[in-house]
Amino acid sequence: MRRTRRLPLLAALLLLTTALIAASLMVGGYDITLDALVTDPAALEMFFISRVPRTLALVFAGVAMAISGVLMQLITQNRFVEPSTAGSSQWAGLGILVVTIAMPAAPEMLKMLVSTGFAFVGTMLFILVLRRVRVTANSIVVPLVGIMLGAVVGAITTFLANESGLLQTMAAWRSGGFSSIVRGFYEPLWIVVGVAILAVVLADRFTVAGLGRDLAVNAGLHYERLVLLGVTMVALCAGVTAVVVGFIPFLGLVVPNLVSMLLGDDLRRNLPWVAALGAALLLACDLVGRVVVAPMEIPASVILGAVGAVVFILFVLRQRRHVAA
Amino acid sequence: MRAFSPNARLVIAAAIVLLVVACYLVLFLRGSLAFAVPRRLTTLGAMVVAAFAQGIGTVLFHTVTGNRILTPSIVGFDSLYVLMQTLMVFVFGGSVIAATEGIPKLLTQTALMVGFAVLLYRWLFSGRFGSLMLLLLMGVVLGLAFDSLSTFLQRLLSPTEYDLLSTRLFGRIGDVEPSYLPIAFAVCVLVGVVVWRRRHVLDVLLLGRDHATSLGIDHRRELTLALVLIAVLVAFSTALVGPLTFFGFVVATLAYQLAGDWRHRVVLPMAFLLGLGTLAGGQFVLQHLLAARGMLTVIIEFVGGIAFLLLLLRRKGAL
Amino acid sequence: MIEFHDLTKDYLDARVLGPVSGSIEPGGITALIGPNGAGKSTLLTIIGRLLEPSGGSVTIDGTEVRSVRSRDLARRLAILRQENHLTARLTVEDLVGLGRFPHSLGRLTASDREQVESAISFLDLGDLRHRFLDQLSGGQRQRAFVAMVLAQDTDVVLLDEPLASLDLKHAVHMMRRLREAASALGKTIVIVIHDINMAAGYADRIVALRDGVVHSSGTVAEIMTETVLSAVYDTVIRVHDLDGVPTAVVAH
Repeated sequence: MRRTRRLPLLAALLLLTTALIAASLMVGGYDITLDALVTDPAALEMFFISRVPRTLALVFAGVAMAISGVLMQLITQNRFVEPSTAGSSQWAGLGILVVTIAMPAAPEMLKMLVSTGFAFVGTMLFILVLRRVRVTANSIVVPLVGIMLGAVVGAITTFLANESGLLQTMAAWRSGGFSSIVRGFYEPLWIVVGVAILAVVLADRFTVAGLGRDLAVNAGLHYERLVLLGVTMVALCAGVTAVVVGFIPFLGLVVPNLVSMLLGDDLRRNLPWVAALGAALLLACDLVGRVVVAPMEIPASVILGAVGAVVFILFVLRQRRHVAA
Repeated sequence: MRAFSPNARLVIAAAIVLLVVACYLVLFLRGSLAFAVPRRLTTLGAMVVAAFAQGIGTVLFHTVTGNRILTPSIVGFDSLYVLMQTLMVFVFGGSVIAATEGIPKLLTQTALMVGFAVLLYRWLFSGRFGSLMLLLLMGVVLGLAFDSLSTFLQRLLSPTEYDLLSTRLFGRIGDVEPSYLPIAFAVCVLVGVVVWRRRHVLDVLLLGRDHATSLGIDHRRELTLALVLIAVLVAFSTALVGPLTFFGFVVATLAYQLAGDWRHRVVLPMAFLLGLGTLAGGQFVLQHLLAARGMLTVIIEFVGGIAFLLLLLRRKGAL
Repeated sequence: MIEFHDLTKDYLDARVLGPVSGSIEPGGITALIGPNGAGKSTLLTIIGRLLEPSGGSVTIDGTEVRSVRSRDLARRLAILRQENHLTARLTVEDLVGLGRFPHSLGRLTASDREQVESAISFLDLGDLRHRFLDQLSGGQRQRAFVAMVLAQDTDVVLLDEPLASLDLKHAVHMMRRLREAASALGKTIVIVIHDINMAAGYADRIVALRDGVVHSSGTVAEIMTETVLSAVYDTVIRVHDLDGVPTAVVAH
């Protein structure tokens, strides 16, 4: 796409995201109008206790998962990899469970630290496995291995949860949701902003790393160090998001692929798009979940699970057409 | 071990399994023999079905898909089973699980799962991209979508309903419905005969689609047949004893190592024997030495999962 | 005689082959040459029924390939693709034995074993027969697969770049073996090959493809000319006579 057409489109996307943010602020069980915000202090209080945190959490989580997806795809050189198809999210879940069992009253910060740590270990394990086995770039074997790894960790989690009577708690965690997000609970997600900034700073290096180890080393990069850093960033995103809002499948896969179809694979140029689209998609899913069965809610992760699965399949089919099957 | 011929290895394995099974059946009997032995025989029957279905099903799956990592369960079957159970409880309440137990339900579940598999395969192979890996990925991704739906529905259940449901979501080899067994045996025998007659064809299928075609095998037909057989096996096993994701993987992998031959003539029976031995031995140890009767399949999944991880890390070369 | 009529192969928006028509004479070695993307391998794999054409038909001795039962066809035609990778651990002998499947259906008879033996010795695999395929070098593995295809004992053998992972010595050795199989055993061998001088040295006929169609075909002498080769490869090529074999070199 030419530069002249890109800018208006980006503006439109940002506008859409803003509109979704506004809608997310306005829609909910508790009726809040613009008018009431000005006149009614109780409404204003409610607005800041629940609506703003929820919307911010959605934006941050959307950005976090989308950026993790991009980074994972560059590091593994595979378009089908993201935290939930590499096992990272499942590892984060295992981390949360371990903390919950060992220290039921653990502070949120500790939970995040542990789940980030687990996500880091899990992601490194996945990358290690990929290096061990011989796979061609963009092979669909790669996400299959990742999903299988995730399933193993899931089985271990289920085993432990069953042992300690936390099964339904884990089910509640998995399907996540933004309905319970209030002030004082979502703040750790601000760390995503830091990760996003770091991603912008290192964008060019990650783009080169996406060409593969040999080319990256040839271009003078500290490849291994960059991979470690990237995995840490992904783990932070996956870990913190997991604790605050649960499991968000497929987002990190759908968004970067859409953007890359439109714009190619220059990370620096793509990052604003990826971030905006990630936030917009998650906001949209959450809004739909809030509206269709009101006053009940369908968690955004469930909608994403369904929508994401369909989009994912379409991507794969589309890619297959370009290669001689 | 290297010194033994493949046939000798089969005989040794069979002897060990027989011994384990005998131990399980007659040792530590308390109270009335007339009560305890039939009960253990029922459990043993379920073990035979599970070992056969998962062992044979996984080896077959590995052969026709040309990989040794994935298991049939991961391709959506387990998720579909969980979703069906969850939906039933969600729609009709927790008591429905006990009330509808019976052969019609077993057959319906099996039919649904086979139908799912056949539909998926049909759809994918009707297109121009008859890629196997693609098929697997579709199954896996659909499975993930089913999972997220189930998880959500489970969250809406009351804790008592959830407890009732969760007894169905784990393997439950200890309290299988005895009336299911005859029909399950019949299915296993039938599938067994079909597979055994095709054992040489399966050997050739190991070479992959191109070589198999060049050697005169109608690859697409064999693949579809195998996938349907796998669907029937896994569906029956899942409906009978609950989901088992990694059991088949462990048993098949061990069978490749211990059979001493790559031919299905040896690998298939070996996989079945190892499966039965693992289940009977595991149950024996758990029940009598550790007094934890109901946990067998959960522990097998746990151990199997870890074994899977270790194997994946150890292996080099192509998948 | 293999004949193909109006064969085409399309991938959604791109046509990679055809329409091509032509025939391959029985007996001897026919080499398919041409630049990258000319459709050589596609044509070969369609003839070997590993790939469905988008249009057109292939006949062997007058019967439509797709109407013949795959198992019957496998006794007349064998094809080996370039990439051969297995998940199971087979020994060389096991692999070559599987080549007998169309005849034995899995139970090797004495005559099957004879065929396996002769294929193994034909490609000098005697010392390697009990080795696993993953213990072999690329060239040794290639020889093992060719041995399997020869054990299939078909009149027609299609090979996609059989020299791909062989060094010069083994490439020449392989071509000599194929030459012998064609001359002494009367097989019809079709190979896709990049090295036109190898084709000139060992083949009987050459079919040159370019842009998905047959550019020209004929005897080695007819194709190994400066005009034909320069046109096929879109590069100025000179042909010299070295010891009676026309040899192509790129003009500088």
